[in-house]
Amino acid sequence: MLWETVRLAVQAIFRNALRSFLTVLGIVIGVGAVIAMVTVGQGSTEQVTADVEKLGTNMLMVMPGQDAMEGGPVGTAIQLFDIRMNDLLEEELSVVDVSAPLSMGRARAVFGNENRRTDVVGTDNRYFAAAQWEIARGRLFDVTELQSGKPVCVIGETVREDLFGTSDPVGEEIRIQTLSCEVIGLTRSKGASTFGSDQDDFVIMPIRTFQRRIAGNTDVSMFIVSVRDGVDTERAKTEIEAVMRDIRRIGRDEEDDFTVMDMKQLATMLSGITGILTGLLSAVAAVSLLVGGIGIMNIMLVSVTERTREIGIRLAIGAQAWQVLLQFLVEAIILSLFGGLIGIVVGLGMGFLGATMLSIPFRPDPQIVLMAFAFSAAVGVIFGFFPARRAARLNPIDALRRE
Amino acid sequence: MTDCADKSDALIQLRNISRVYGMGEAQVKALDGISLDIQKGEFVAIMGPSGSGKSTAMNVIGCLDVPTGGTYHFNGVEVAHLTQDQRALLRRHYLGFIFQGYNLLARTSALQNVELPLIYKGMGRAERQAAATDALAKVGLAHRAHHDPSELSGGQQQRVAIARALAGNPEVILADEPTGNLDTKLSAEIMEVLQKLNQDEGLTIVMVTHEADMAEFAQRLIWMVDGRIERDHKTSKAA
Repeated sequence: MLWETVRLAVQAIFRNALRSFLTVLGIVIGVGAVIAMVTVGQGSTEQVTADVEKLGTNMLMVMPGQDAMEGGPVGTAIQLFDIRMNDLLEEELSVVDVSAPLSMGRARAVFGNENRRTDVVGTDNRYFAAAQWEIARGRLFDVTELQSGKPVCVIGETVREDLFGTSDPVGEEIRIQTLSCEVIGLTRSKGASTFGSDQDDFVIMPIRTFQRRIAGNTDVSMFIVSVRDGVDTERAKTEIEAVMRDIRRIGRDEEDDFTVMDMKQLATMLSGITGILTGLLSAVAAVSLLVGGIGIMNIMLVSVTERTREIGIRLAIGAQAWQVLLQFLVEAIILSLFGGLIGIVVGLGMGFLGATMLSIPFRPDPQIVLMAFAFSAAVGVIFGFFPARRAARLNPIDALRRE
Repeated sequence: MTDCADKSDALIQLRNISRVYGMGEAQVKALDGISLDIQKGEFVAIMGPSGSGKSTAMNVIGCLDVPTGGTYHFNGVEVAHLTQDQRALLRRHYLGFIFQGYNLLARTSALQNVELPLIYKGMGRAERQAAATDALAKVGLAHRAHHDPSELSGGQQQRVAIARALAGNPEVILADEPTGNLDTKLSAEIMEVLQKLNQDEGLTIVMVTHEADMAEFAQRLIWMVDGRIERDHKTSKAA
């Protein structure tokens, strides 16, 4: 009996193929949108996590001041870092693999007729290890260059492309402010980060060179700390905080005057933003599902009116009210399930396309697909019930008399 | 079962049946206290002018309508005590309908139309198709089984409808103006089919018609006027 009902419903749907398709378009769009959103959302979350991992999940940043994001307490002079603190940190803690001091500024790099405003970073060779930079051409700094602050630099791919085009940069001299600086190395490109910023846009020089020739002071803006493999970053963070308080002689009741930031926190924060976006767009898609459901109800009502005579015949022949109800309910459910299925296919297709275009991984979620399927069935039940009940309540005599 | 005085072994037993539509001033008495016994195996024609209540009587006998007064026993069961779903079951298992407008499902083959009541009887596919083919053969349409109603003539469509009524293996066939849309020749053909079913299979047939020629095929003629039975007599065909 149920099988017959299903067969009958499918027949009725295909009898009006175009109308059926237009009816389920709302469901198709709703389900398709939800699935595409979630698929792209999950892909980008995974991409963000992967990108941050590339930066190094075992990387910590130590910055002067509380709450680096807000710029620190107003009116309080913050004691800045110096290289000695960095070295102490590295020596004191076994959880620290390397710790690199970092000073930064923005300046224009000039070569011949070309120039580019870029990040100028003063550090030492430990930075390349901590931030996982590889040398594509040339070499790192040598001991003399670091100790005496020689005018040498390692440049990023973007700077190379802008200033040198196709020619080899190694051995050439570029000018940064008044400093003439020999290019000794080129880093391997990391490309754009997920957040859109160019990671290859920098000039790195020995920190002494930067302090004397560019900044004119001995300040260090931050330490980039690489935690030893297999050590929990949370634990490392706690230990670093303790040692930093010690180094900076912070009293028991005083607050930290520095911040240790974890890359995992950054990843979580960014994934959270993606999550909120996915949620919002999914809500819009859910509204589309609702509209689709109303469309189905509308067409089912039309169908009941059109087929009043058929209902009369069935009732006269001996169909019970629930059987007529079931027939129309099953038809509505199958109709919306068709919509759901098409929507799933379309959604996965769109998700795949989107993932390819944004060059993020394609991550279809079987749970969401299942949920979309169940949801479209539910739409069929909810919006099919009222028309089906109307059909079941028809009086056979009146129904037979209807033209 | 309580009113033993009226108890008879008639298949269809109407006692003082009335059917009133509307309320108060606008009341219309479609049936005004009719009593009637129809025995198993009878072929009865109900005639009368329009508005005489013959169709209402048919609907009441067919358990499509419920009388507002009187008692109706079908096969010994008081129909008024049945729920809507129970009446549907009664129609499914004991009654077969033939209508003036054929009332076949469009875009559905003759065979599938005939199968329809069997689906509700819960018959399996193979058994159902065999029974439907059988019923179509009885009305001489086995060769048109896979045609849609739109591809069949009026007479053929009505024969499919008869096959559909037969397929459920009913006790009674109720025919409401079965020849109303057909010319004389085709009408006679349909009546011959019904007559044959009555004689060979012992089917009870109750037919409403306004054509005296058609009523001639029945064994008994009931003449209704203004919701009452005016005459009820055997015809020349009576055995």
